[in-house]
Formats: sequence, C-alpha cells, structure tokens
Amino acid sequence: MSTPLVMFLIFIAITIGITYWASKRSAGSSAYFAASRRVTGWQNGIAVAGDYMSAASFLGIAGIIAFQGYDGFMFSVGWLVAYLTVLLVVAEPLRNAGRYTMADVLAYRLNPRPVRAMASISTLTVSTFYMIAQMVGAGALVTLLLKDSGISYRTAVIGVGVLMIAYVVFGGMLATTWVQIIKAILLMGGTILLSILVMAHFHFSLGDFFNAIGHVTYHDKGQVVVKDFLQPGLRYKPPYGALELISLGLALIFGTAGLPHILVRFYTVPDARTARQSVVWAMVLIGSFYIMTTFLGFGAATIVGRDFISTHGGTNMSAPLLAQALAGNIFFAFISAIAFATILAVVAGLTISASTSFAHDLWTNVIHRGVERKPGEEVMVARISAFVVGAVAITIAIVLGPTANVAFLVALAFAVAASANLPVIVLSLFWRRFNTTGAVTGLAVGLLASIGLILIGPSLMAVDPPTVTGTARHLIQAKAWFPLENPGILSIPLGFLAAILGTLLSHEPSSEHKFNELLVRSNTGLGAERAGSH
Amino acid sequence: MSEPDKRYEADKTEWDRIAETPEFKDLIAVKKTFIVPAFVFFLVYYFLLPILVGYAPGFMSTKVIGVVNLAYLFALSQFFMAWTVAWLYVRAANNFDKLAKDIIHEAEDQPRNRPEAR
Repeated sequence: MSTPLVMFLIFIAITIGITYWASKRSAGSSAYFAASRRVTGWQNGIAVAGDYMSAASFLGIAGIIAFQGYDGFMFSVGWLVAYLTVLLVVAEPLRNAGRYTMADVLAYRLNPRPVRAMASISTLTVSTFYMIAQMVGAGALVTLLLKDSGISYRTAVIGVGVLMIAYVVFGGMLATTWVQIIKAILLMGGTILLSILVMAHFHFSLGDFFNAIGHVTYHDKGQVVVKDFLQPGLRYKPPYGALELISLGLALIFGTAGLPHILVRFYTVPDARTARQSVVWAMVLIGSFYIMTTFLGFGAATIVGRDFISTHGGTNMSAPLLAQALAGNIFFAFISAIAFATILAVVAGLTISASTSFAHDLWTNVIHRGVERKPGEEVMVARISAFVVGAVAITIAIVLGPTANVAFLVALAFAVAASANLPVIVLSLFWRRFNTTGAVTGLAVGLLASIGLILIGPSLMAVDPPTVTGTARHLIQAKAWFPLENPGILSIPLGFLAAILGTLLSHEPSSEHKFNELLVRSNTGLGAERAGSH
Repeated sequence: MSEPDKRYEADKTEWDRIAETPEFKDLIAVKKTFIVPAFVFFLVYYFLLPILVGYAPGFMSTKVIGVVNLAYLFALSQFFMAWTVAWLYVRAANNFDKLAKDIIHEAEDQPRNRPEAR
C-alpha cells in the first residue's frame, strides 16, 4: 500500500470514531443542528477556520502564487480581512437572534414563509455549487496522489461523498465540528512544517528567499523567462485586471459573511460573546495560515518551479510537490493526506448547512408552517436531505469528470453569498423600513445576477482551441459578454438595490413594528437560544 | 422541539418598551461609535490595496527593502490591520457586554416576565 493511502486511512479511521462518539450525542434538533450549542470559543474558532480553508485555499492558493506570484497573494489578504465583516456585522446578532439557519434572523420581522423559501434556495445553491467544485477537485486530486494504487476518479468521488454523508447523517454538527477541528490542526501543522522547511532551504535567510522570488526562472512558449514574482500584474492584466481585483475583493469581503456553512457555525456556541471569541480565534488561525502562503506559494515557485509542476499534475499539485522536493515521499504523503482531509471536512460542512436549511427552513417552516408534526421529524428530514444532497453532488461530479472546468463555482458561491445573502441580512438587522418584498427581491436578484453574470462571463464563455475537449471546454463557445470572472462589482450593488427598491415600492407596517424586537434581541441576546445539556 | 424552551419571551409592547429605555439607546449609541468608524476604516484600508495594485502597479512595484516592494508590504500590513481592528473590537465589546447585561437583568426582573408570574 502506498504511504499516502495509509495516511488517508488513518484520518478516515479517526473521523469515523468521532462520528460514532458524536452519534450518541446528536438526538434532538439543537444537538443535531447546533452541537447542543456547547462548543467553546476556541473550538469553534478552529472549526470556522477548518470550514473556511478549503482545498481552493490550500492547494489552489499555493498553485496560483507558484504560477502567478504576487497576484495570487491578493486572495490570501481578502480571505482574512473578510472576517472583519463577520466580526463587526454578523456573528453576534446572528447568534443572538437565530436558531439554526441564516433565515431565522430574517424570519423574525418579515413574513417567514416567502423569506425562508428564498433564503433556503440561495443557501442550497451556494452549498451545492461549492460542494461540486470541491468534489471534482477531490476526485482529481485523489487519483493524482494515489496514481500508483489504481484508485479511479469515480471511486475517489464516491469515497469522499460516502464519508461526508456518513459524518453528517450519523454525527450531525458535533461530528462535523470535530472533523473540522482535526483537519484545521493538521492543515496548520503541515503548513508550519512546510514553511520551516522552505526557510531551511534558504538557510533561514529572508533576504535569500526574497531574492529568489525576485528572479523566478521558467519556460514560456519555448522561451526562458526570468520574472520578479513579487511584482503585481502576472494574473490581473489590463484592460480589466484592476476591475477584476476590486470585484474579487468585494466578493470576498462581503461574501464570507454570507456563506451559509460559516454562518451556521455561530449557532454551535453558548452565546454571542463566545461567537465573538470564536471569530477572533478563527482570525488568528486563518491569518497565520494565509501569511504562510508566502512560503508555500513562492517556495513552490522558487524551489520546485513552474516547469516541473506543469508536467507533474499542474498548479494544484504545487504544495504536495514542494513537500516532496523538500523532504521526500513521506512528507509528500503527509501533505497529500492533509489536502484530502481538507476537502473532506469542507464538503461535510457544506452538506450539513444545506441539509439544515432544507429541513429547518423549507420543510418545517415553509411547508409545515413551523410545526414539527412529530418529535424528531426535523432531524430525520435533515438526515435524509444530507443523503440526497450528497448523492446529487457525487452524481454531478462523476458526470462532469476530473477535467471539468469548475473553478468558477467557488467564485459563484462567494458572489451569491455577497450579492444575495449579505444585503438582506444587513438590511434586516439595521434598516427599520426593510420588509418582505425587499428581502425576496434582494435574494432573487442577487442570486440571478450572480449566476447570470458568471454565465456570460469569461469563466463559461470563451472560444477554446479544438485541442480542449469534453467538459474542460467552456460552456458557450463565444467571446464573453461580461468581461470579469468575478461579478461582485455589479451583482452586489444590484442585490442591495433590488432589496431597497422592493422595500420602498411596498408597504408592510408589521415588519416595521417588529423591528424593535429584532433590534433588542440581536443587540442584547435577550431571549437567545441557550446551550442544551447532553 | 424536544428540549425544554428556556428562552425569555415577551410580548410586543415589552420589546418596544426595552427599545425605548435610555440604557438600550445608550448601548446602541456606544456600539455605533465603535463599529461604524471601524467598519469604514477597514473597508478604506483594504480597498486601497486592489485599487492601488490595479491602477498604479508601477508605483506599487517600488522596491523598499531589497526586492521587497510596496505592494507586498502593503498586502502584509493588511493582516496586522485586521488583527488590530479585531483586538480593539474585542476590547470595546467587553463594554457592550456590560451594558447589555444590565438591560437583560432589568428586563428579566420585570415581574410579569418571570416564569412563576405567568
């Protein structure tokens, strides 16, 4: 058996043990959906970091920096700074006023059924798209990492899918939380080790390291090129580079605070104060991690090099190949196992947020008007929907195949979160006049604008050479109508505008009357859900 | 729901009453005094980065220490900016908690909101 496989199996064994332990503590809605709200500040902080640092941020960011230098580091910055929006604007009010989902906060003062239905559609869209991106990535990665052990893409996708379903169906939020914690610790440990090894390679001289970054050599179209990788502009070039950077920044800064799988994490702690502490813990971890992408990304660029990575699996293999170059196959296996754990934990987090929204928002509150027909129904529905969501994601990932062009799905998830979810959360918390029509139009326009602009943007519209085949080809073979990959710069204002116009063009006195209740609840925690006992 | 509902409940007039108390208005005012400037500050500080990198790449490529340029240093400073704002917020929020606690005690001590008085 290959070393990476052994390490995968150890991780799987530990997480299955946790799931078994958690399954005995997951009876009842609050236990299943919110880990009984007994997760501590630091635990939840690590779990938030675990939920957030996806394969895109570990493998993806290392690859982007290794290939495009400084411009890739812009992602790292945005991914951390975005947590200030979470900290200052959403985490505490959400914990104070909600129960299990983002829609709980909206439902206080607005007409609950239409608002929950739209919020749930948005949540399911974000979660499913994001999940498909991760699953395709996981399948491709696992086959690449385990290419000697004969595991196919299909087996890898099914394996990841079945595990993620098992964590969520049997272990609920408690198991998901601990899977995130273990993964985050592994990821941090691996990244610290890798950073130290990179520095050791440069004899612990920052001067030598940065000098190497200033003169990265590689081949481009048969020519030898020497580039300063600290210089901006390798990825974002005129004429649209600057707008793309700003648009990306907007999607990150406003999208993170609207990502359903991050928001639900704040329901797992006892109170708003602990929610705040957990954001701070998360920021310490996330910030340290993204600063270290300097070593990962530039390390891969200088020590391994673009030429070698291109012929050994492509950008996403930058971090594992760096590990191999620095400390051999065992370390390669270790970093690969961490990447695998990363993907698995993130898809589990997405699955639980999607299934919670389906069960709590759509099933209980929209279809059955807030009444559980028998005890435990909501949890049962969540378990079934976790299974269904997982099965759908597995099927789509298999149909698309390992070469599918899915990176845009991550951008889409952030765009929808920033353009649909965040405007209505913010307006509902801070604007007395806001009403149901505004929430529904805001969610709908934010969602459709994000999807529409990505559909006509360069991620899906481009003319491929005939050598690109199958699902790797762009969906629409024509020049893109919208020039940016990130629609945020247009879709976020559209989302806000639709929410504001919808409100101003309609009258709903009850929403204004109930604003005081939400205001008091969200700011003081009076009447907030308490922690349960096991 | 399977768990006993231990939440504080009140009718509409009670929420309105609390919202109008000077203590609550004070809490909102104190929160605004910190959160609004902090939010505006971090947005301006952050968006200066993509704007400068996007529209003034030449200027941002100015080397400061060895090959290390302004673009990288400014990006790096964002991490410390975020941590600092978070730290200041946590300090300020301890005060919000104190103010909120008084409001909660006052509300829960209203006789008609005690469970036994219902």
